[in-house]
Amino acid sequence: MNKTKKLSKFTLTNIECYGMIIVAFAVLFPMLKMNMLSNKISGLLIPICAYIVMAISLNLTVGFLGELSLGHAGFMSVGAFSGVITVACMPNAAPTPIKLLVAIIIGGIMAGFLGLIIGIPVIRLKGDYLAIVTLAFGEIIKNIINCIYIGVDKAGLHFSMKSAEALNLSGGKMILNGPQGAVGVSKISTFLSGVLLIIFALFVVLNMVNSKTGRAVTAIRDNRIAAESVGINITKYKLTAFIISAIIAGMAGALYAMNFSTIAARKFDFNTSILILVFVVLGGMGNIPGTIIATALLYTLPEMLRQFSDYRMLIYAVVLILVMLATNSQRVMILKDKILGSLSKKNAYESSGEGEVSNG
Amino acid sequence: MKKFTKIASLALTAAIAVTSLAGCGTGKNTGDSGSGDAKTIKIGGIGPITGAAAIYGQAVKNGAEIALEEINAKGDLKFELKFEDDENDAEKAVNAYNNLKDWGMKISMGAVTTQPCIAVSTESNSDGIFAMTPSASSPDVVKDKDLMFQMCFTDPNQGIASAKYIKEQNLGEKIAVIYNNSDVYSTGIYQKFMAEAENDGLNVVCVKTFTDDSANDFTSQLNEIKSAGADLVFLPIYYTPASLILTQAKKMQYEPKFFGVDGMDGILTLEGFDKSLAEDVMLLTPFTADAQDDATKSFVEKYNNKFKETPNQFAADGYDVVNAIYEACVKAGVTADMTAEEIGTKLAETLTSDDFKFDGITGNGMFWSQSGEVSKDPKGMVIKNGVYVGM
Amino acid sequence: MSFISNLINGISLGSVYAIIALGYTMVYGIAKMLNFAHGDVIMVGAYISYCASAYLGFPPALSVVLAMLVCTVLGVGIEAFAYKPLRRAGSLAVLITAIGVSYLLQNIALLIWGSNPKAFKSLVTFSSISLFEGKLIITAESIVTVIACVIIMVALTAFTKKSKMGKAMRAVSEDKDAAELMGINVNVTISLTFAIGSALAAIAGVLLCSAYPTLQPTTGSMPGIKAFTAAVFGGIGSIPGAMVGGILLGIIEIFSKSYISTALSDAIVFSVLIIVLLVKPTGILGKKITEKV
Repeated sequence: MNKTKKLSKFTLTNIECYGMIIVAFAVLFPMLKMNMLSNKISGLLIPICAYIVMAISLNLTVGFLGELSLGHAGFMSVGAFSGVITVACMPNAAPTPIKLLVAIIIGGIMAGFLGLIIGIPVIRLKGDYLAIVTLAFGEIIKNIINCIYIGVDKAGLHFSMKSAEALNLSGGKMILNGPQGAVGVSKISTFLSGVLLIIFALFVVLNMVNSKTGRAVTAIRDNRIAAESVGINITKYKLTAFIISAIIAGMAGALYAMNFSTIAARKFDFNTSILILVFVVLGGMGNIPGTIIATALLYTLPEMLRQFSDYRMLIYAVVLILVMLATNSQRVMILKDKILGSLSKKNAYESSGEGEVSNG
Repeated sequence: MKKFTKIASLALTAAIAVTSLAGCGTGKNTGDSGSGDAKTIKIGGIGPITGAAAIYGQAVKNGAEIALEEINAKGDLKFELKFEDDENDAEKAVNAYNNLKDWGMKISMGAVTTQPCIAVSTESNSDGIFAMTPSASSPDVVKDKDLMFQMCFTDPNQGIASAKYIKEQNLGEKIAVIYNNSDVYSTGIYQKFMAEAENDGLNVVCVKTFTDDSANDFTSQLNEIKSAGADLVFLPIYYTPASLILTQAKKMQYEPKFFGVDGMDGILTLEGFDKSLAEDVMLLTPFTADAQDDATKSFVEKYNNKFKETPNQFAADGYDVVNAIYEACVKAGVTADMTAEEIGTKLAETLTSDDFKFDGITGNGMFWSQSGEVSKDPKGMVIKNGVYVGM
Repeated sequence: MSFISNLINGISLGSVYAIIALGYTMVYGIAKMLNFAHGDVIMVGAYISYCASAYLGFPPALSVVLAMLVCTVLGVGIEAFAYKPLRRAGSLAVLITAIGVSYLLQNIALLIWGSNPKAFKSLVTFSSISLFEGKLIITAESIVTVIACVIIMVALTAFTKKSKMGKAMRAVSEDKDAAELMGINVNVTISLTFAIGSALAAIAGVLLCSAYPTLQPTTGSMPGIKAFTAAVFGGIGSIPGAMVGGILLGIIEIFSKSYISTALSDAIVFSVLIIVLLVKPTGILGKKITEKV
């Protein structure tokens, strides 16, 4: 009985996630193709896809693993730049979808590799100490990429940490130019590829969460000591989740970078990490459908506020605070239950019961 | 609880649908929005209005507004300006650009800062929209883009000009450089300066860097430069960190000559800044707020009245861009009912033609090459008794 | 000689970090929250002091007092409106709210004071000390900052150890519910912590801008993040830890700039932090967390 209920909940989440993405795609894609969308909306589509993938990835670390990461943009950065370098090195004749696919895969692999390097020390720490170390890694990645110069010519890749001149390029072109980042990136990301990447990320994360690994990870989150005592290998499972999260973030980074003609390390700073964290927290920890909606809404919000010009970011800040208060404050919760209660007494009973369970 | 979440998510999804539908509504409108108000030519500007770089975007916006008022008062062509915020971020700049396109922008002012401008100019160039940036100074901004032009010098030009100037005037025996290696502008000037310094046989004894994240404390950089015995310090940076370097050098009782570039302009109008610290600082700049020609005087006065501030070089660039666009429009016979593409081709042709010269407050007799770079002369200035004096 | 001079500069920079870190650490110790808006309270403090002395002609000491008053009110206000309703919610919800508050303060400052930076006039009026025929110069700001830092640390330690309110603070930080049962007014105690933390932020703002005199709406954010790192470095929640962490961070920053690479100094600072946390996972002076099963 219990098992079937769990199962149906899992399928329900699945249907909700995939359904939402597919419906959104089915509505938006034809409109995009027929030029029915405004430039503003069509320009936002790919970044939203990339941020949704980022948020799904971060939700794996924060929501399911229960560890606060303040440097997730670092993985995005590594994925973005590996992707850009990959595309720049590929022959021009290669078909665009193949280029993009390879770039995204390489981006994911590089970020995953970094996730492994960072994960081994980080996983040993707990709570806010872990958070601060991820923050530190994010800043280190930004600082180092700012000092890297990479160029390509007939002889292959040239690498320097001094200056563009030190590369001694004979002809060829600069790929990564220190603080300026990459310029002349081929814009090959498409809305379709973004949606496919979201579906891939959903597939990986949702299945992982419901696999043995996923149950082990949530067990560790809910009670580490109990999990350890029943023989769960904490380091292994935590590291697995952390690396998967990094790989997906790297892929999102590659998708993101290929949407702009230029990309710099400065973009992937603490603020970007925080932005993604805001999406996850507002969407709900461990709540994938919620994350997707929160990302789409919160990302478009500042764009919708453009008419307020100087007051735009001020309003954004106020909205952010109010939303946090509305969704988390005790007083508002009670009020909410009361309103719902007047709608249907029975439901309110159930819901308040459920709320307590999830709190405890 | 569960139910509430469901209801909320449904409501939110509906909200998205509505916004995107509302979006496509405007999308349809913009297709022929030019005819909505056929009298005006819509110009779009993008720059940081909020965030750490807000000062540059706001200055350009203000400068452009003043030019606009003057032009609209003349009455032969009517301009309309919309200036969007990009927070100095390429992604936000592209969003802002798309927003401006929906609004019906015919001519673009590119973006104020380099990184966003590279992203925006790629878009505007492929859309066939003419663009002239006031201040994005990297050569990558105009590279391979027929419809993209610059009002400011490119960074390499400034680096080369500075090195040549130091050599010609024999300003220093031992030269040190402090630059911001997380900033494109600063790094661009530095690299060309070093290349040229090597050619000219300048003796560069010490090169130190800082980043935006550590732009507070310069004591360790200054200590090393001091022990290297440099008598001239080249500062290819903006005036905010420069003011800190001057203050800290003074406190260390280290008083070499300082040589800046156009980013240094503004140091004298920094509120609360002790002008005596900047005594004898030299800089190459196309604009000074206390120049005595009529055009500059009238601009500074209007700016002062309207915004209660002294304009810096960014404001002057913004002012000149709108005026240059206006003069090119008049010469090319651009009218408000032309499409953006028609205007783009015409303006690019006019601007690069041999007989087009533009006199602005950032230079006289400016002309543009096919590449989109401007040709004008930087003026060597030195600060004496708190004012700029020509060198 | 340059070594000593770098050391002094490092201690001076570190003392500023330390004072900011004290604010972080106190709030964290009591409310168990990372108050990311702390850096922006510093900025507000500096602006208030600037306006008071530049526009209203207040003497330095009085402008600092005014800044402390305004920041105290601001800090308590923020706590009451934005953090108190979330006391029972998860720590992440409060973290995001704090970030919202940080954006809010920055944008309000942008609207009030504009984007043009202001050159902060140092409130320290006596001149630098020159030793060894000018080879070693100690600035007046360094001296004042270091002394202020030590005084504040000693006073805070004494306050939390000896006074009744201080003891209440420690009790709340140990166990909120038990403290409440013992008759301690938890709400008042938390408000008081915010008041002290924000008053310290005002002092930190004035000292930061006296030593590094540019003031703009984003002035507080980077020193805020670095001070936060310093607090964790020293062991978050510990008052001497914040001081040790801050000063060490300052010294490491200056030394890595002087002796390794200015371009990579941030990377080096953060690498040292990571190494320290791997060796001592709760920071240098942090308490060992005992887990309850």
